[in-house]
Amino acid sequence: MTITTAAPAGTPPVPGRGRRGRGIARMCLRRALFAVPLLVVVSLALFALAARSPFDPLAGYLGDRYTTVSTADRQRLADELGTGQSWWRQWASWAGHAMTGDLGYSRAYAQPVTTVMAERGPWTLLLSGVALACAVLAAATLGLWAARRAGGLVDRAVTVSATLVQSVPPFVLSLASVSVLAVGFRLFPVAGLTDPGADPSLRQVSRHLVLPAAVLALSLLPWLVLSLRQSLRAAAESDAVLGARARGIPESVVLRKHILPVALGPFTTVVGLRLPELLVGAAVVEEVFSWPGLAGSLVTAARELDFALLAALTVATTLLVLAGSLLADVAHALIDPRVGRDG
Amino acid sequence: MAESAPGRSRTLRCAIAVLAAVALYALLVPALAGTDPRLTDFAAADLPPSPAHWFGTDFSGRDLFERTAAGLRVSLLIATICAVAATVLGLAVGVTAGALGGRVDGLVMRVVDGVNALPHLLVGIVIVALYPGSVVAVIASIALTHWTQVARIARAEVRTARTAAYVEAARLAGASGPRVTLAHLVPAAAGQALVAVVLLLPHAIWHESTLSFLGLGLPPDRASLGTLLQDARAAVLTGSWWTLAFPALALVVTTLAVAGAGAALRDRITPPLPQRAVR
Repeated sequence: MTITTAAPAGTPPVPGRGRRGRGIARMCLRRALFAVPLLVVVSLALFALAARSPFDPLAGYLGDRYTTVSTADRQRLADELGTGQSWWRQWASWAGHAMTGDLGYSRAYAQPVTTVMAERGPWTLLLSGVALACAVLAAATLGLWAARRAGGLVDRAVTVSATLVQSVPPFVLSLASVSVLAVGFRLFPVAGLTDPGADPSLRQVSRHLVLPAAVLALSLLPWLVLSLRQSLRAAAESDAVLGARARGIPESVVLRKHILPVALGPFTTVVGLRLPELLVGAAVVEEVFSWPGLAGSLVTAARELDFALLAALTVATTLLVLAGSLLADVAHALIDPRVGRDG
Repeated sequence: MAESAPGRSRTLRCAIAVLAAVALYALLVPALAGTDPRLTDFAAADLPPSPAHWFGTDFSGRDLFERTAAGLRVSLLIATICAVAATVLGLAVGVTAGALGGRVDGLVMRVVDGVNALPHLLVGIVIVALYPGSVVAVIASIALTHWTQVARIARAEVRTARTAAYVEAARLAGASGPRVTLAHLVPAAAGQALVAVVLLLPHAIWHESTLSFLGLGLPPDRASLGTLLQDARAAVLTGSWWTLAFPALALVVTTLAVAGAGAALRDRITPPLPQRAVR
């Protein structure tokens, strides 16, 4: 991300629509080309690490039966499953199957990995989508409110509380909200997607969604508010805004036309960069609230050494994070014409 | 942030005072209590805070005032090792990249980008899952994901120092490449590295406690704050709020104080940016 400052006099500072469009397309292509080797390296590293670790894939496959299966049977199974092969051969076979859409079998859920992802993925999307939307809306409101008077009471209150919330880990936030709101005041259900035995109707799910989504949004909020406040402030002090005010342009127009376009650029980048944080937060929140999502199943896969699911989720997460940061950069380039497309 | 110089030094003093109190609590309480914080007493299980047990007791009757201190000690120790390891790694990579420049530099920075693209906790979870119950794996999982910021900063510092007159002079006087690196370039990045250690500490505390909380971190006999909070997860459902409140408070106060000290230290070491600089 480079901001090209001070275009030499005489040249048009903003390239035409067509050139910008092509630049953005080139950036997408370059990022996609960067993603392929990264995914290969990540999955290779995962297989190499697994081969060096004390983790026995056969123990993962057999689970509790591992201790009762005879040595001869173990040997036979190892030959059949190919677990005795070198790790790069295993990787090649895994990658070959992954290309055809076969990601293996998840032991923890006793389902093919693709089924697990298809069943649990939408719940994670729902939770993190709602949380992200709430966090962005709240951050925009608070950030704009705080930026109206820099150093004022609202500004200081928002900054201090954001700093405080920032230092509370998401799992403590989750537990505290459960302890106070669900157990103490019985306002919301403690965990789960629905009441036991109930159908996942809209009413059930939305009642169970409130607490986890609020916690996830709250854990994202501080970064968003603080960065928005900072960029709003930098934009409000810029020469362009000073000039606009001096020319007597109404404050609302200055805000809409001069401050927001410049300040929202860095904000979209921060939203994109916080995506890994969103995923990590979702993993913790889903785990605490027993939300049947994909992020929480990462923790389950790790705890139960479900290697097929772990590998698929690792690669999928990496891909998602790359896509998120690309999306944020595209949005930034579209909002702010000064931003270069990767140089 | 435009904070005045006296305000900054007050922040630093406050943060250091809080940190000293936290450290004294973590070090002295387990030593003075003289009891093993792992011993259970089921007759005194699940007691709310009282003069006898300031922080209450947990589900197996262990005093939480002592247990929190012991957990804090473990968390701080692990976090310090992680932060130092990550900083040393980042410093080595960053200085090498900055000193050699050219193709090596480009390659190293691509690797840094790649590592940055991975969610840190995910990498941590994967590493710890493959080496269950290993303290070294917990430390490695944190150090291996947090060195990249340090590498970036160290590289930038070294690249600036490389063109400075005194380094040029050393080179003209016949100093070899490695000698210039060790005698001039590493010290140039050292101040920032110190700040990096302090700023990495809260991250490391967070990481370790989150991993332990998820049941993937330290073995249960080495209770860290994360382990205590994992116990609290079941206990808060039956209304034992103190099992959550006090370890969480210790965690938050410690990370806030360390982060405050780190930020104040960074402001002191790095010269203030020119006013109204865009980004």
